[in-house]
Amino acid sequence: MAGKTLYDKLFDSHLVRTNDDGSSLIYIDRQVLHEVTSPQAFEGLRLAGRKPWRIDANIATPDHNVPTTERSGGVDLIVDPVSRIQVKTLDANCDEFGILEFKMNDHRQGIVHVMAPEQGAILPGSTAVCGDSHTATLGALGALAHGIGTSEVEHVLATQCLITKKMQNMLVRVDGELGVGVTPKDVVLHVIGVIGTAGGTGYAIEFGGDVFRNMSMEGRMTVCNMAIEAGARVGLVAIDQTTIDYFDGRPFAPKGEQWEAAVSQWRDLVSDADAEFDAVVEIHAADIEPQVTWGTSPEMVVGVSGQVPNPDNEKDPVKVDGINRALKYMGLQADQKITDIKLDRVFIGSCTNSRIEDLRDAAKVVKGRKVADNIMQALVVPGSGLVKAQAEAEGLDKIFMEAGLEWREPGCSMCLAMNPDKLGNGEHCASTSNRNFEGRQGFGGRTHLVSPAMAAAAAVTGHFIDVRELI
Amino acid sequence: MNKFVLHTGIAAPLDRANVDTDMIIPKQFLKSIKRSGFGKNLFDELRYLDEGQPDQSCEGRPLNPEFVLNQPRYQGASILLARENFGCGSSREHAPWALDDYGFRCVIAPSFAEIFYNNCFKNGLLPIVLHDEKVDQLFKESAATDGYQLSIDLERQLVITPSGEEMAFSIDGFRKHCLLNGLDDIGLTLQHSDDIRAYEEKRRQQAPWLFDAIK
Repeated sequence: MAGKTLYDKLFDSHLVRTNDDGSSLIYIDRQVLHEVTSPQAFEGLRLAGRKPWRIDANIATPDHNVPTTERSGGVDLIVDPVSRIQVKTLDANCDEFGILEFKMNDHRQGIVHVMAPEQGAILPGSTAVCGDSHTATLGALGALAHGIGTSEVEHVLATQCLITKKMQNMLVRVDGELGVGVTPKDVVLHVIGVIGTAGGTGYAIEFGGDVFRNMSMEGRMTVCNMAIEAGARVGLVAIDQTTIDYFDGRPFAPKGEQWEAAVSQWRDLVSDADAEFDAVVEIHAADIEPQVTWGTSPEMVVGVSGQVPNPDNEKDPVKVDGINRALKYMGLQADQKITDIKLDRVFIGSCTNSRIEDLRDAAKVVKGRKVADNIMQALVVPGSGLVKAQAEAEGLDKIFMEAGLEWREPGCSMCLAMNPDKLGNGEHCASTSNRNFEGRQGFGGRTHLVSPAMAAAAAVTGHFIDVRELI
Repeated sequence: MNKFVLHTGIAAPLDRANVDTDMIIPKQFLKSIKRSGFGKNLFDELRYLDEGQPDQSCEGRPLNPEFVLNQPRYQGASILLARENFGCGSSREHAPWALDDYGFRCVIAPSFAEIFYNNCFKNGLLPIVLHDEKVDQLFKESAATDGYQLSIDLERQLVITPSGEEMAFSIDGFRKHCLLNGLDDIGLTLQHSDDIRAYEEKRRQQAPWLFDAIK
């Protein structure tokens, strides 16, 4: 019999029961909650007179709606009344049910997928869910983690379990060494370009090979975060010493004898050498250059030296239709050079790229330079209060502000523009976020997904440029 | 949850691939703390020419005449014909809530994104996967005939066209059972409480750190 993949091991160790039709009940060790997808779940519990199964398995923080400008006045001063009610509702629900919440002005508050790992709240070998598709991020920790809908949030609150069906296994292997200026974001954008936005549907993707072995935990989180943009709810990276070192000393990580016992179990959280994957994709690191999306789906991506595609070169009519629609929405011409795209705003942040290494990458590029005249706004939004404090201790905030970028409070911000940070109609943005869908960053806004270094380079030149020319 | 057994209704064709949940219901409407009232903002950016705001009446907003749901022949549609990877992107359950609130009972596509697909079943909305060619055929037939209606027979797992052609689809047994009977799956899972407790006992021995309280 073939060995097990990492996904198989995680799934099997959480199996509570298998139903006759092949669906399974799996146990969920941790649930992370935010203000947008939880209110209806708490309301459902109340209406049915149900209590959470295990209150202390949950951790919450508001992130989507919170303002990123000065906010010491507290939740009452959130200008948009609907946003204010939503944040207050999370506070009230967590207070009522006794769930630990890092409230808006707690120094540990942040984007759920930045906050939870830095607290050590999601451990290797565990299962975790959140009403947010980018929960895939947490697979970088060697946990089985994925996004769920609000009814499932309620189901997990009430039962500590999820009804699910086992996924298939895909291995995305990237061997070799990444070139200078090529970052984890470029790797995952390239992968999505290769397999397509639905290429991972039905699969748990394990990212393997030299590139991920040599990648930091933060880089791995960036990669797993965007597994969902390839259609895969789950992205995983196997455990190694890098993972174990990451957890040592984190607030919710085991301590003392338990730490030793945990680490010895964690070392088995790798796919067996004889494990069989249902699909394998192999990519050479040397083929990856800094990436830029030109269209309205993350698969619409090219290297910075490339050009906007021409629908005349495409045969599939559905694809031709997609390219034409995207060109029209984005206001671009077929065959236009990527470096000729003029930009209006820059956004450095989101659950994909708002951790300290991302901010260091961006700061290195803007240091001693100035934001270009045509850029009306360049935002830097750290992923959590702890990231912000770390960046300030390193003086990164000063580097950004001296260059003319705005240094903000932590939150999801312009990734999806539920708070006041948004694009105007027709504006082009170099963004380190994860989705370039129509209207995502603001009505009529035009998003180009890039790495933090590439966004920083775009900020100081006013257009896309190969960041390798600046470093 | 609403039961789904048999349904007949007008089919509206939304002819684009990779329709994401941001498109189905834009983010500004996610600020609601309710499950209802999203129908008027379904496909807001495609349907209206201006930018919609939460709590705004949609009466009098300029409609995009090109958009399929604004065309007179598709008024009252309850079955949505869609292309591949429908519902990709964000996990927001507001997407099926908006489709349901608008009046859709069923979406037919060659493929769906997984989280959206899951979320539909929790809300009495039936997502049906048919082969590309069959979906294409339905697109063509609906374009050719005003008032084109389809019937869905969940018990027999069939989509039935006006000419009587039957197209079979598959669905998980558990999901079918829940939809046919309008069952709440939390109640069903809680029937297995003993299994959950037994799992916790065993697992606590193996990996006690996973049961440390978050507080």
